[in-house]
Order: sequence, then structure tokens, then C-alpha cells
Amino acid sequence: MDKKIIMLGNEAIARGAYEAGVKVSSAYPGTPSTEISEYLAKYDDVYTEWAPNEKVALEVAIGASYSGVRSLSCMKHVGLNVASDPLYTFSYTGVKGGSVIVVADDPGLASSQNEQDTRMIARSAHVPVLEPSDSNEAKDFVKIAFDISEKYDTPVILRTTTKLSHSQGVVDLVDRVEVEDVEYQRDVKKHVMMPASAIGRHLVVEDRENRLANDSNDLTINVATYDDKDIGFITSGICYQYVREAFPNASVLKLGLVNPLPKNLILEFAKNVKKVYVIEELEPVIEEQVKSWGVEVFGKDLFTKQGEYSANLLRKVILGNDGKVFDTEKVPARPPILCSGCPHRSVFSVLNKLKIHAAGDIGCYTLGAVAPLSVIDTTVCMGASISVLHGIEKAKGKDFIKNWVAVIGDSTFLHTGVNSLINMVYNKSTATVMILDNRTTGMTGHQEHAATGKTLKGEQTYAIDLANLCKAIGVPNVIEINSFDVDGLEKAIKESVNSDVLTVIIAKAPCALLKGQVFNYRCVADAEKCKKCGMCMKIGCPSITKNADGTINIDSASCNGCGLCVNYCKFNAINKVER
Amino acid sequence: MKELNVMVVGVGGQGTLLTSRIIGKTALKMGLDVKLSEVHGMAQRGGSVVTFVRMGEKIAEPVVEEGYADILISFEKLEAKRYAHFLKKDGIIIVNDCEIKPMPVVIGVDTYPENIIENLSKEHKVYVIDGAKVSKDLGNPKVLNSVVLGLAAKYIGFEKEEWLKVVEETVPSKTIETNKKAFNMGYGE
Repeated sequence: MDKKIIMLGNEAIARGAYEAGVKVSSAYPGTPSTEISEYLAKYDDVYTEWAPNEKVALEVAIGASYSGVRSLSCMKHVGLNVASDPLYTFSYTGVKGGSVIVVADDPGLASSQNEQDTRMIARSAHVPVLEPSDSNEAKDFVKIAFDISEKYDTPVILRTTTKLSHSQGVVDLVDRVEVEDVEYQRDVKKHVMMPASAIGRHLVVEDRENRLANDSNDLTINVATYDDKDIGFITSGICYQYVREAFPNASVLKLGLVNPLPKNLILEFAKNVKKVYVIEELEPVIEEQVKSWGVEVFGKDLFTKQGEYSANLLRKVILGNDGKVFDTEKVPARPPILCSGCPHRSVFSVLNKLKIHAAGDIGCYTLGAVAPLSVIDTTVCMGASISVLHGIEKAKGKDFIKNWVAVIGDSTFLHTGVNSLINMVYNKSTATVMILDNRTTGMTGHQEHAATGKTLKGEQTYAIDLANLCKAIGVPNVIEINSFDVDGLEKAIKESVNSDVLTVIIAKAPCALLKGQVFNYRCVADAEKCKKCGMCMKIGCPSITKNADGTINIDSASCNGCGLCVNYCKFNAINKVER
Repeated sequence: MKELNVMVVGVGGQGTLLTSRIIGKTALKMGLDVKLSEVHGMAQRGGSVVTFVRMGEKIAEPVVEEGYADILISFEKLEAKRYAHFLKKDGIIIVNDCEIKPMPVVIGVDTYPENIIENLSKEHKVYVIDGAKVSKDLGNPKVLNSVVLGLAAKYIGFEKEEWLKVVEETVPSKTIETNKKAFNMGYGE
């Protein structure tokens, strides 16, 4: 098959996995990696699933690898933190069927809580890293990663960044290869990491890393191109494109394998050019190693560790000016906000009214931290809301948390919130935990999870009952309530924060954007009854705006009739009407 | 064509992604190398959305940088103002005459700038279209994207027929005819 098509980076990675003969893939959604699994799920030849978290996902891929088939797991950079436990030991045991872990970093923080550099973890875990620079390479590198995985008996990380994952380029499609399963064999020394086994495998790890480091000098994916030798760049990934854009005539050493580094290739390149710049976003991973070999290069002394790079940044630092012609204008920001009809808005409006602090978590509801709702005091990582609140109670006492709750989403709760709740029960917490159950993994684009009743491939399956799960863990008081029942919510929250009984309030209502819903109502503001008090605006709904005369207007196209605003108008100026 | 850098901007939900993909597909059909980039995730939460479409013999980075945009297509006025500084000295703006107030303006901590189009016209060549009116006249407000695309297509280049073929391949089958009419309305002549 000979076909050229424009593909999203993530789509190309999925295609690469398909073409490489992958049979099993497990992942948890996480920007900017989510789409890989969604595209991969379209191929019948590949089993693709959403796991509750990245640790489980990688362990599933490990199992598949041990049984002899090629496996894939996908996650964002902070997801690798969750999967780090299996990662480090998978590096020791090695593989049977090749195994590739796709990790998508987020320099520039499109949607993450930090901009950590996956290459640092990979170095620490002794796992090779490939870094593609466009969609077609992303596809090809998946296959090369599997070859390296099987040749050197190691999991391999394919590292991408937001810009690559979410950009599109031309890709050449080829047919899938059917890879024969490797026969399963019991091998205690390889697969059971007791100390006696691990001692032996650590030697294997060191040896294979040395061999790969040596062989990396001859890999076709590490390539030096010479032109103007006054200036040379050592770079990889999307940064290669910024270099090519800003300095089309410079000499470039493009690294496809960024761990381990091809030392000889780098030393040779540095000898052949006058001045060498190392262009890498985030940490000076390449730079520090190159400098340790006695090579003089310019890197983080000139270029920032913060955020994404660009051709203009390179032009500005090296040439003294970028190509900008017009000045940036100061304009009102357009921050992301909760959608019209979002059930989280209802919960936060009540918490705001009661002046309650919230230990928050990761999801759409994190947006509850911004004005005008302005609830949520802390957000650290997935599942932390519950454990952080517990820490606050144990530090300051139960009276201190009389105006605190923990707020966590349904998918986040199943990701890592369950263990935190177990801790609360086990260690005698009096806290109030609110699970915001909108029946989806929302922020990443509405994916299924273990409580929605559907798999990634759309098949019906068992749906975990969150209330029963909380009761089974031992939570003494579990309340289920409609997210839009503001009076009921207020009563339940007030009662539980003032009681010493550990309570979980599950606020339920589907995400406003979930398909298949029928909205029979919309809200309408009566300009004559409107007293322009602005109370309805305090809930921050994007459908509610002010007319020129100060009265309220509710946009009928975007309003889905959730009716939250009706509760906040004391003058009955807002009513729900049938569409 | 040596190289053309196009930006498609707007508010999440306005269809900027679809428009940029049609532009990309058409360029690919014409034998050019194409790269696009887009912003995911936050788009649905009413945020600012930017897509870049670059076409030429061989494209390196998938983004258009400040000072390098040939054409800025904006589905909303404020976003046109927000991204105007990406333009080259003789870059042009195609703007849909639409106003969507961002949250800081809605809650009163900021104001929506006045005379956006007039002010932009002082430094750039600006082509305005009332996409909502045209698509409403055609009976389907959702074909607004095709109206704006039609106008943009005139300045991007390529044969009108090539564009229409891609529109046909991309939009839902029931809406093909209306979308093609919308495109022609935007294209003019």
C-alpha cells in the first residue's frame, strides 16, 4: 500500500504500533497522549484498553510482553511517575515480546501540573529513549523502538512532546507486519525480581546499556548533516524543526536516540564544527553529558529551562533578533472555564456560598479554583485531594477542617483516590470527601472509565458502583445526591463538615458535553423583573452576560437548561422554559 | 508556491480545527508538504483556540511564529486582535464579524475592546465577513465555517474546484450541498 496522508502525531504513533504488529495496548488518558489509544482502538488487530491508572497500564503491557507478544502503554509525563514502580523493574527483567512505553511530555504546560523531563527518569531507570521530530518519524520510530526492545532485551520509551503529539504532518502508510509470538518460558532469574535474581539482572542492564551506547553511533536515526560549519547544533525531537526553521544552512547532529547518547558521533561532530549549540527543551540532559566528555557547547547558559522553544527564540538568542514585525496588543484573556451546564459549577457555587476550602484534584473541576467560583485551595497530583485533606486534619486537628472538603472526580477517584480514602478510614479521619461523578473522564476529552459501563472499544462491561465501593472500604456515611440539588447539597455539606463521622458525598450529574443527552429546557431572563443585582453572574456561567442596560441575557444557543442560575435569582427573574 | 503560513483562530467550539484541516487537505492534494498544529483539550472549555497551517515544498516546524503569518483567519474579533502581531508586514486578516465576550469581561474585571476591525485595518489589510448572517440566510448556522473558508480560499490560492472537492469529502454528507453553497458565498464572484 502506498498512501500519503496527513496525520496527527499521536495518530501516527498509533499507526506505527499497528504497523509494528502490536497486539496489546493499555493506557490512561492524559494530555497530550490521550489520542494514541483512541486511534489505536480503531484497529481490530490490536487489543486496546483504558486502565484505571498508568501503573496498571504498564503492568498489563508487561504481562503481555512476558507472554511473548509486542505490547504498548501510553501516558503523559506525570503518568510515568505513577508507572515508575513497574518501569524501573521492567528495565531489569527485560522483555519477551518487545514493549514500548509512549510518554508525552508537556513543555509549555498546555495542560499539566508540572513540566518535568521524561529523559531524566529514563536515565535513572536505564531505559532507552527515542525521540521523533515529526509525524512520519513518530510512526517509524515506534517500529525501530520495538526492534531495539527485542534486540537489547529492554523496554523502550518513545518520547514525544505536546507540539509533536498535537501537530499534523504527512505520513507514508505501510502494511502491518505480523510478528510471531515468542514462546513463553518460565524463567525465575529473569522474571521474578527477588534480590538473588535482581543482582544478576542489574549486570545485564549495565551490559546492554553499554552495548547500545556503542551501537548507537551507527544507528541511522542519529544523523549528522554538514553545511555551514561555523555553527553546529546538537538537537532532537521537535527542537530539530525549530533549528531547521531558524538556521536552514547550519550543520546539525540530529539525535533519534537520546538515551544512551552516541558519544563517538557527538565527539566527531563537535570536532567538525566551530561553535556547538545544544538545543533541548527543559533539562540539560544532552548538554551535561556532552560537557562531561570535555566538549565545549552552549546550552542552558543561553537558553531557558522553562517552557517550549521556538524558531524565534533561537533567532533572538543567537542572531539577536527574531522576525516579529508588529507589537503584541494587550487584550482581555480568554481563560478556559467550566462549560455551560457543568455540574461542577453547581457544587462549587454551594461551596463558595458556604465559604468552604477544598483540597482539589486533577480534572475539569480544577477550574473551580478560578474566579468567580474561587473554591479549591490545593491541587498536587491525581488522587492527592483526599490524602492532602487527611494530612491537614492530622496536623491541625478535626476542628481546623470544619470548613474543608476534598473534591475529586469519578475517574480520578478510581485512578488513585481509592487508596487515599482507605487511609482516611483506616486512620480514623472525620473529613468530608466529595466525589464529583459526571460519568466520564472529562478534561482529556470524555473517555470511559471503570464506572461508566463501557470499554475503550465501546463494549458494554461491568460498571463499578462508587457508593458501594466507598461503603465496602468502610466509609460510615455515604450520600448520593444530584449535583444540581443545591439545597440538598448545602444541607449535606453543612451536616457532614460539622460532624465527626467520615462522610463521602457523591454528587452525580452527567457532564454537559456527553453525547446522546436531550436538553428540553433553556433558561430565560426576564429583563423587566431583573434587578441587575448580579447574583446570577457569581456562578460564572458563560451563557450569562449583561445587556447594555445592565439586565441579564442568557444565550439560548449555549444554555442547556441546567437551571442552576434559577436558584440564585431572588427575584424570580430567571425561569426554565421548554425549548 | 514557495511557502504559505496560515493561522486559523477563534473560540473553542467555533470550528477552527475543521477549517484548518480542510486547508491542509487541499494543500496536500495540490502536492505540497503540509504541517499543522492545534491546541487540544482546553478548546472545549471556551478558551482561545489557535491552529497553524503551513504549506510549501518542505516544511520544518509545524507552527507559524510571530512575524511569519501570511494570512490570519479569525472566527471572532477579539481573537483577531489577540493574534494580529503574528502577521508579516504585508500579511492579511480575514475576520468573521462575531463577538464572544471572555469570562473576565463577562464578570466585569476587563472590557471588550472597541473598534477592533477599524483599528486592525490601520496596520493590516482586513477582509470582513458576517459568517453568521450568510449561513443563517442559507438556512444552516453550522455552515458558517464554509463561508469564512470560502473567503480565505480566495487569498490562499488553488482552484475553487479543488477546495470544493475537499469540502465535499470532509463535511457530513447531509450538509454537502449547503456547505458548498456557503463556500461559494464566501468565495464571492
